[in-house]
Amino acid sequence: MTLAAVLIVSAALIGIGIYGALSQQSFVMLMMGLELMLNGVLLAVIGFWSFGLGGAPEGQLLAIVVMAVMAVEMAIGFALVVAVYRKRQADMTESLTTLRR
Amino acid sequence: MEVKDLAFFVLAASAVWTGWRVFRVDSMVRASFSLMLSFIAVGLIMLLLAAPYIGIATVFMMAVEMMVMALFMVMFMMNPAGLNPMWMVHQHRLAAATGFITFAALTIAVLLSDLPGNPVDPAKPVIHDLGVELLGNSMLIFETAGITLLATMVGTVILSSRSGRYGPADEGSLPPPLTPGGRPAGRVPEDEE
Repeated sequence: MTLAAVLIVSAALIGIGIYGALSQQSFVMLMMGLELMLNGVLLAVIGFWSFGLGGAPEGQLLAIVVMAVMAVEMAIGFALVVAVYRKRQADMTESLTTLRR
Repeated sequence: MEVKDLAFFVLAASAVWTGWRVFRVDSMVRASFSLMLSFIAVGLIMLLLAAPYIGIATVFMMAVEMMVMALFMVMFMMNPAGLNPMWMVHQHRLAAATGFITFAALTIAVLLSDLPGNPVDPAKPVIHDLGVELLGNSMLIFETAGITLLATMVGTVILSSRSGRYGPADEGSLPPPLTPGGRPAGRVPEDEE
């Protein structure tokens, strides 16, 4: 197990996440893509901490900040999905085209 | 090959495979459970990387978060119980190419970089050090995360609540008309189209 192997796994997770965030039509599935990207970021942060910092605790703090970002993204994301559904009865990205006109 | 390496490869393969399955299963609830499995695999990899606190916290947090997500999936599910094939994608080729190019570029960058290779000493008390750091020098950062989460709670309630007694939230904030006295610019309500 080397840092390169850990980072390649996190790159794969980020790549799949980008694919999901760009390709999915449903808002909730799109958010799964964002979560998967953050999953890869979290793994990369811990990988760098584990192999690069020799156990300095500040690196793990960054991972805790990433986890807080995950929680914020999910909570505000679902709140936005609910708000958009209340206003426009929309749950697909194609339903929101106001800015295209 | 050591047991640790073998465990890493099994967990890495399952993290990527279940991550890929998120966008390939027919039910959105199954997709959220697949994402949970991916997160759990990553959390267990963190245990191997000598970060037990973050690893276990990831497993617990994601187990709960994906349960909540599964509830939302049921609310917004278009394909009840995954009985029919689900394929709700747009710009599929562009998305697949972008994802693959990102993966390839990051992998090339990783392989070309001179990466450090000094693992954490197994005897080092990492959880104790993290606790001292969180409640010591970095307490302000830690507290900032707490305040951010509080602001998130307030924002979530405001965004997802029904409109109050003064009517819809966007009333009075309609865009100005393009011609004097005309109708508001922008979106035309569907029932008037």
